This record gives sequence, structure tokens and C-alpha cells, in this order.
Amino acid sequence: MLKALVILLCLSCSLTLVRAQHEVKVVKYDALETLITRDSPKLEVINFWATWCKPCIKELPYFQALHQKMGGTVTVTLISLDFADELNTKVIPFVNKRQLAPTVLLLDEIDYNSWIDKVDSTWTGAIPATLVINHQTGKRKFVENELTNKELIELVNELLN
Amino acid sequence: MLYINVILMTVVLFLSGASVNEGLSVGDTAQDFQLKNTDGTLVSLASDEKAKGYILVFTCNTCPYSVAYEDRIIKLHEMFASQGYPVIAIQPNDPKRSPGDSFQKMQQRAQKKAFPFAYLWDKSQKTTKAYGATNTPQVYVLNKQADNRFKIAYIGAIDNNSRNAQAADKHYVQLAVKSLIKGDPPQTTKTKAIGCSIKWTR
Repeated sequence: MLKALVILLCLSCSLTLVRAQHEVKVVKYDALETLITRDSPKLEVINFWATWCKPCIKELPYFQALHQKMGGTVTVTLISLDFADELNTKVIPFVNKRQLAPTVLLLDEIDYNSWIDKVDSTWTGAIPATLVINHQTGKRKFVENELTNKELIELVNELLN
Repeated sequence: MLYINVILMTVVLFLSGASVNEGLSVGDTAQDFQLKNTDGTLVSLASDEKAKGYILVFTCNTCPYSVAYEDRIIKLHEMFASQGYPVIAIQPNDPKRSPGDSFQKMQQRAQKKAFPFAYLWDKSQKTTKAYGATNTPQVYVLNKQADNRFKIAYIGAIDNNSRNAQAADKHYVQLAVKSLIKGDPPQTTKTKAIGCSIKWTR
């Protein structure tokens, strides 16, 4: 009985070890601006989401897959627009549960009107929304819509070329 | 042939680009509608003859931002209905995609929060499309003209802090309506805010 318990405990320990804890930094607009304006050889893929946004959650696995398959050429950043006071209660538990591997930042800028246009002048403010930038060619594309996996891959390929 | 193709492509691109901004802009005449209120009556802009304008809010039961603004929407109605600018709330989401926004759930919400304003269901989503609303909550402030038509005076957010009403220091809708009451055009006529995308019928 005791032996079984010890085995069970060890098993749960190792499981905990495998499930890495993820960090979510709370940032201001300047951090987002850096992503938009920096000089990087990689394609910048920035996705705006929130834990309460169902269509956002639906497309997150596609961004996860993109990060895993094309991490060498693409930088995926998931910008959470959840409220900053819900970081520990909602965002971090969600990121850990989903084992989100790309960088997750929580953008704590509640005065939305002051920065939405800076991301893209066509953005009405609805999420999900995705911004893809090729820093080398200067090309960028903003999509205010839920993407399918196929659409995301097409978008990335379009901007890579 | 190639040349024609390029021209055609340009036209198509231009049209698809323009479609992003379809809907009404500040200064346009507001389209009237006839939509079912949670009490079963049909409501239109012409329903309230005394109205000098309206605070039209596209909102719903389920969006966290809409919920966060509920009390502030009630307050707007309490502040301005007596001065001729009542709130009309319109729920644009397809309940098939957002079950929490069914007409029955709307009725429950209106009763629970004792909404003092009309809470209408845009079942066909035609009104929402005509106005060009894209997310919830989104406000259109309307002002009645001499010819009895309503003109759009403001489009955008209620204020600049969705999380905390006390921390907001730019009360866009209040300022817009106060200007209209004084007979002045609002200083800020358009703002943007993060919101929940409207769940369109598929």
C-alpha cells in the first residue's frame, strides 16, 4: 500500500516537472512598439487575445504550432488583453494549462484609444486580431478576424516572400 | 490584358479595403430600425417623440466589457433620458454562436439589472451592419435635426477605463451628450476601444 503511494507520489512529482510553469510579463505599450519597430531577421507574428475571448482561444493552437514548427524563421508573441489584476487568477493558470510555448505578454494599457491606432489604423478594437511584420522587406499585414490554421500559414508565407 | 487585370485587381483591392470601413460615420444620417424589446414591444427611433437624440449602445449579455459597463450604461440613461437623450441598447450577437445572448437570456438580464432603457434584439443583424458596429460595447450618439432625422454625433467607447469606472478620466459619451445639450458639436467624435467581436451569423 505504502509502496503504491510512494510510486504515485513520484509519478505526480515527475508530471509536475514536465509541465513547465510559464512566465507572463505585464508590459506597457513601449514593449509592443519594440516588437513592431525592431530590426529582426525573423518574421514578427503578434496575436492579440484574451482568456475570455472564445474565438481567440480557438485559434491559439495554430499559433502554438507555428511557433513550434517555424520558430527558426518566425517569432510568435501572444499579447493578452486581459485585465492586469487577473494575471494570477486567470492568465497564468490558462497559459500553464494550455502549455503555451510562445512568449505571452499581458498588455496593461487600459486607455485603449491612446494606442489602438498605433498598432493599425484599420483596427476597430475587436479581438482576435493578428499583426504580421517582415522587418526586412518592411511589409506588414493586419487581420482583425479569427484565423483558421490554413489562413495563418498562408498569411505567414505571403509575408515571408 | 495584363493591364486590365491590374486595373481590375486594384479596383477589387480598393473595394475590399473600403468594406472594412462600411457602415455609418460621424455626420451621417442614422438609419431607423424596428426591433423587438425585451418587453415584447417594437422600438424604433421614432418611438419616443420627445427624444432630442439617443445614446445607442451595441452591447450584449456575455462580453466581459459589456458586463463591466452595464452600470455605467444605466447611469448614462439616468443622467440624460430626462434631458431628451435616452439610451437604447441593441444586442447584435447570433444566439446560435453565443447562447448566452438569446432573447430569453436578454430578458433575464434586463429584469435582473432592472434596465431602465430598451434592450433590443437585432435578430437579422441588419441594423448592426448598417451602422457598421464591430464590437461590444460600442456607442453611437445620435442628435435630432430640424427635419426630424437623426444625425450621428459620436461613435466609440463610453469612457477610457473599461476596468474601473472611478479611474476613468475621459468620459467620452457624457461629454458628447453634454455638448449636444448645449447646442455645440462634441469635441471628440470618434474613439476606439478593445471589445468583443460581434458574433455574426454564419
